[in-house]
Amino acid sequence: MSDILNLSIIYSTIRLAAPLLLAAMGGLFSERSGVVNIALEGLMLAGAFTSASVTHYAGSPWLGLLAGVAAGVFIAFIHAVACIHFEADQVVTGTAINILMLGVPTLLSGALFQTTGSTPQIPQSNLIPNAPIVIAFLLVPSVWYMLYRTPFGLRLRAVGENPEAADTAGVSVSRVRYLAVLTSGALAAIGGAYLSIGQSSLFTRNMTAGRGYIALAALIFGKWRPVQTMLACLLFGFAEAASIQMQGVTPYIRVEYIQIIPYVLTMVVLAGFIGASRAPKALGQPYKKR
Amino acid sequence: MKYLRHLALPLIAVLAAFIAGGIVVLLIGDDPVYTYRLLIGSALSWPDGIGYTLFYATPLIFTGLAVAVGFRCGLFNIGAEGQLTIAALATAWIGFTFSNLSAWMLVPLACAAAILAGAVWAAIPGVLKARFGSHEVINTIMMNFIAAGVTSALTQSYFKDPGDLILQTHSIAAAAHIPRLGRFIPGMPERIPTNIAFLLAIAACVLVYVFLWKTRWGYEIRATGANPKAAEYGGISVRRQIMLAMVVSGGLAGLVAVNEVMGYRYRYYQGFSPQYGFTGIAVALLGRNHPAGVLVAAIFFGALTRGGLFVDIFTENVSKDLVLVLQALVILFVAAEALFRGARAS
Amino acid sequence: MLELRNISKRFGNILANDRVSITVRGGTIHAIVGENGAGKSTAMRIAYGFYTADDGDVVVDGKPHRFTTPHEAIALGIGMVHQHFMLVEPMTVAENIVLGAEPGSFAALDIAGAAGRIRALSQEFHLEIAPDAVIEDLSVGQQQRVELLKALYRNARILILDEPTAVLTPQEVGDFFRILRRMREQGKTVVIITHKLDEVLAISDEVTVMRDGRVVGRRETKETNTAELARLMVGREVLLRLEKSNAHPGAPVLQVENLSMTASDGTERLASVSFEVRAGEIVGVAGVEGNGQTELIEALAGLIESERLSGDVRFEGRNITKFTARQRKQIGIAHVPEDRHRRGLLLDSDLSENSILGVHFREPAVRPPAYVMLDEAGIRRRAQAIIRDFDVRPPNPDLAARALSGGNQQKLVIGREFELPPKLLLISQPTRGVDIGAIEFIHRKLIALRDSGCAVLLVSAELEEVTALADRLLVIYQGKIVGEVEPPRVTTDQIGLMMTGGRA
Repeated sequence: MSDILNLSIIYSTIRLAAPLLLAAMGGLFSERSGVVNIALEGLMLAGAFTSASVTHYAGSPWLGLLAGVAAGVFIAFIHAVACIHFEADQVVTGTAINILMLGVPTLLSGALFQTTGSTPQIPQSNLIPNAPIVIAFLLVPSVWYMLYRTPFGLRLRAVGENPEAADTAGVSVSRVRYLAVLTSGALAAIGGAYLSIGQSSLFTRNMTAGRGYIALAALIFGKWRPVQTMLACLLFGFAEAASIQMQGVTPYIRVEYIQIIPYVLTMVVLAGFIGASRAPKALGQPYKKR
Repeated sequence: MKYLRHLALPLIAVLAAFIAGGIVVLLIGDDPVYTYRLLIGSALSWPDGIGYTLFYATPLIFTGLAVAVGFRCGLFNIGAEGQLTIAALATAWIGFTFSNLSAWMLVPLACAAAILAGAVWAAIPGVLKARFGSHEVINTIMMNFIAAGVTSALTQSYFKDPGDLILQTHSIAAAAHIPRLGRFIPGMPERIPTNIAFLLAIAACVLVYVFLWKTRWGYEIRATGANPKAAEYGGISVRRQIMLAMVVSGGLAGLVAVNEVMGYRYRYYQGFSPQYGFTGIAVALLGRNHPAGVLVAAIFFGALTRGGLFVDIFTENVSKDLVLVLQALVILFVAAEALFRGARAS
Repeated sequence: MLELRNISKRFGNILANDRVSITVRGGTIHAIVGENGAGKSTAMRIAYGFYTADDGDVVVDGKPHRFTTPHEAIALGIGMVHQHFMLVEPMTVAENIVLGAEPGSFAALDIAGAAGRIRALSQEFHLEIAPDAVIEDLSVGQQQRVELLKALYRNARILILDEPTAVLTPQEVGDFFRILRRMREQGKTVVIITHKLDEVLAISDEVTVMRDGRVVGRRETKETNTAELARLMVGREVLLRLEKSNAHPGAPVLQVENLSMTASDGTERLASVSFEVRAGEIVGVAGVEGNGQTELIEALAGLIESERLSGDVRFEGRNITKFTARQRKQIGIAHVPEDRHRRGLLLDSDLSENSILGVHFREPAVRPPAYVMLDEAGIRRRAQAIIRDFDVRPPNPDLAARALSGGNQQKLVIGREFELPPKLLLISQPTRGVDIGAIEFIHRKLIALRDSGCAVLLVSAELEEVTALADRLLVIYQGKIVGEVEPPRVTTDQIGLMMTGGRA
C-alpha cells in the first residue's frame, strides 16, 4: 500500500485530473445556464485534434492552443444554435456532436496527413505539459468569483434557475446561454488540447476515451459548484492514477476492475447515496417566451 | 395519408445531411458526386451490396428498436452499446459451455441468454432511475464503460483460447450456429454473413409494433412517456413502466448478439461493435421511434455502412468515418426540427 | 399619463388585442377587468415592453412609443408585477431585485449598496422586507412585496399589477390595499388587472372593461356596481343562481378521519382532517388556494405516497387508506383533476386514447380473458358515447386532445370520469379556463350526477361556484377544516372570514 501513497501519485492525480477539471468547469458554465452539455467529449476531441494539427504546422503550441480553443468555440456554437435557437433536445444534440467528433478528425487527418486518425508526432520542445494544469486549477477560484460576485454570474444563475424571471428583468436569456455554451466549448477544448499537446505528443482517434463523460459526472458529483467539482475531478484523477500504479503491483486484480471504479462511483453518487443533488431548475428545458 | 407528413421530416434531414457531407468531402479534396455514387452503388449491388447492407442493418434494427422503446417511455437509453456487449459475451458463453446440447435446445437457449443479459444490464440503470430518480443518461453511459471493462477482463481471464493473441473467446459449438440466408436464397452465396437473425429482426419490428400499440402494456408505456403525471393519475405505476421499458429495451439490444455471435463470428470478439448502440440512436430518431421507421432507417444506415467501406478503399482521402459524420448530421437535423413533433417524449 | 392607443396584437390566429385604447390618469388606481382570455394581460405586457404590439402606440406623458424590450419601458418609469412571480428561489431578495440592473462594475457586484436602497424603499412604503432574506423562505404575501420592491427600485412611476390578489388571503388583501393607497399618496400610478369585481369597487378610482380582446367600457368606479361590470364583462346577465333542487342524501360513502399529510419539504399540508360525504349530496370545499385542497383531493384519489399520510379513509365502510389510484378507480372513485393539462389528459394523443385513461385495464378497453389486447372498436365506441353525451366539440375521436378548446377538454375529462360510473366523484376546479356555455353545462351535469345518487366532493377557488353548487360547505384553512356550513344560511363575508382563520 505504501507503494501507492507517495509523491508520484499526487503528481499523477493532478495531471490526470487537469483535463477533467477543464472540461468540468466548461460544463459548469453551460449547465448553470440551463443547457445540458453532453458534448463535452466531442468538444475535447475538437480541441485536441485542432491544437495538435496547428502545433504541427505552426511550430508553436501556443498557437495550437489558441486554434484548439477556436475549434471548441465553433463546435459549441453548433450545439448552442441547435439547442437555443431550434430548441432541439439537448441530450440528442450533444450525442450527435460526440459522434461527429469521432468521425471528423479521421476524415481531416486523412486529407491533411494521409493517416487514419492520428496527427504527426510533435517534438518534445513544442509541448506544453504544465500550462494547462495551472490554468485548470486557477480556473476554480476564478469561476467561483465570477459565479457569485459578478453581474454576469448572477444573470447566469438566474437564467439557469428561472429564465422567465430573468427575461422579465430584461436579461437576454439566449445571449447568456450562448455565451455560457461557447465558454464551455473553449474550456473543454483546452482540456482536450492538454491531452494531445501536453500529456502526449499527438492526437489519436477517440483519444479522450470517455473523459468528457467523466467530467460531466464530476460536475454532477460536485453539485454544479466549482470547489466541489474540483474535488470530484481530483477523486476521479486519483482513481485513474491508482489503477495505473496498481497494474504491476497486484496481478490478482485485473486492471479493468480498477479502471471501472470511477464509473461505479459516479452511479452511486448519482443515486443520491452521497447527499442529494440539486440541479439548476431550468436545466435541459429550452426557453420559450410565453 | 397522414403518414406522408411523418415522412417529410426524415427525408429533409437526410437530404440536408448529404448536402453538408458533400461539402465536407469537397473540403478534404475529393469529388462528392463520385463519392456518393460509390457509397450508394456499392450498397445496392447484388448479391454483395444488398447482402451486406442487410447484414449491417440487422443489429441496427435491434438497437434502433431498443432506443425507440426507451424514447416512447420518455427514457434515453444510450446504454445499448453496453447491453449488446454483455449479451454477446453471455451468448458466446452459452454457446461454448453447453456444447453437448442439440441445436434445437442450444439455439433457443443462447437466444434467451442474449435477451436476458441485455435486459439485466439495462435493468440496473432502470432501477436507479425508478427508485432513486437518477438520470438514465449518465448511468447508461457509465454502464457502457463498465461493460467494456468487465467483458475484457472476463475474456482475458477465463474465456480465451490459450496462446490466442486476439482478445476473443473460444468458438461456440456448431449446434449454436444459425444458418446464413445464402442457404435459402438462390444467387446469394453463403460467404455473405446475412443470416436468419435478419428475419428475427423483422419479427421483432412486428412484435414491438403490436406491443406498443395493441396491448395495454404498450398503452401504459406510451402514456408514461407522453405525460407521467397523467399516467400516474390514470393508475399507472410510473416506476414499473420505467423498469418494463428499460428491460424490453435491453432485451432488444441484446438480440444483436444473435446476429453477431451465432450468425457471423461464432465467438465473442472484444470490440466487435462499431458503435451499434450509438447508431441505434440515429436510427430511432430518423425512424421517428416507430418500428416501421426503424426498419427503413436501419436499412438506410446499413447501406451507408456498406458504402462507407468502399468509399474508404476507393477514394483518395475520404475514409469510412464519413458515414459517422453523415449519421451525426442526420441526428442534428432531425433533432433541430423535432420540436414540431415531439419525437422524444420527455 | 399612460395611454394605450389602438393597440392590436395577434398570436398565431388568435387576435388577443383588437384596437385596444385605454387611458390611465396619473396618480390614480385604475382597474382593468375582464374574464380569462379577454386580453388584459396581453395589453399590459405590451405596455411593459414584454411583447411588441403589431399596431398602435403606448403613449407615456404624451409621447408615443413602440417598446421592443422591457428596458425601454423601465427607463420611462413603468414597472410590472406578474401574476406568477418572477423570482429566482435560491437567491436573496437583493439579488433578485438587482437582476438586470446590477450596481457596481463588470467585475464586482455591489450588493451592499443595493441593500441600503432596498431597506429605504421598504420603509417608505411599509413593505417590511429584508434584503438578505432568501426567496424560498418567504411567504407568498412577502414574495409579492419583493416584486413591488423590484419595480420601485427601478424608479417606477407607473406600476402594473397582474391579478395581484389571486394568491392572497382576505387578510393579506387588506394589507395589500393599504400599500396601494400609500403608493397613490406618494404620487405613483397603479394599474391593476383583475377579475374580482368587489375588489375593483373597493380600491380603484376608474375601471376599464375588456372582453374578447376589445375594450367594451370605461367607468368611474364610484358611478358603477358589480352587476353592471359583470354584464359588460360577459355581455349578458350573469346567472349567479343555479336551478337546484334540494338534496336527499343517503348513507355515507366517504368517511375521512384524522387525515394528515406531510409534504416532501417537511411541512404539514393537512392536519387531522375529518369529514364525510354521503350519497346524493355535493360537499364543497372552500378556501384560498394553497391551504391544502390540492393535497386533500390527491390523497383521496390515491396519488400521494402512503408514507406521507396518516389517518383513515373509508369508502362504503371499507378502509381504503392504502389503496392505489387504480384500486380506487376500480371500486368507483372518479377524479377530475384541477389541472387537466398536467394530470388529466395526454395532449398529443387522440380522444379515443384519452377516453380510456384510468380504465384502460378493464373492459371495454381490453378484451377478456387476458385483458391485454386493446379492443379498438370498444374504445372508439366509448369515446363516441362520451363525446355525444358531453357535447365535446369537434366530435371527432381521432383528433388530438390538444386541438380542443379548454372547455371541450374539460368536458371530455368529466365525461370520462362520469362514465366510470362513479359512486364518489372527486372534482377540483371544474370550470377553470372554461367558457360560460360549458360552465353551465358542467354545473347541470354535476347536479344530475348528485341526483342519481353519487357522492360528490367539490373543490373550487370560485366562491360563487362552490356556494351555488354545494349542499354542505367545508372551509379549509392551513390544512384544517375550520368550519362546516350550509350555503344558503351564511354570507360570503362569513365564509371569507373562516377562510382566513377567523371564527364565523
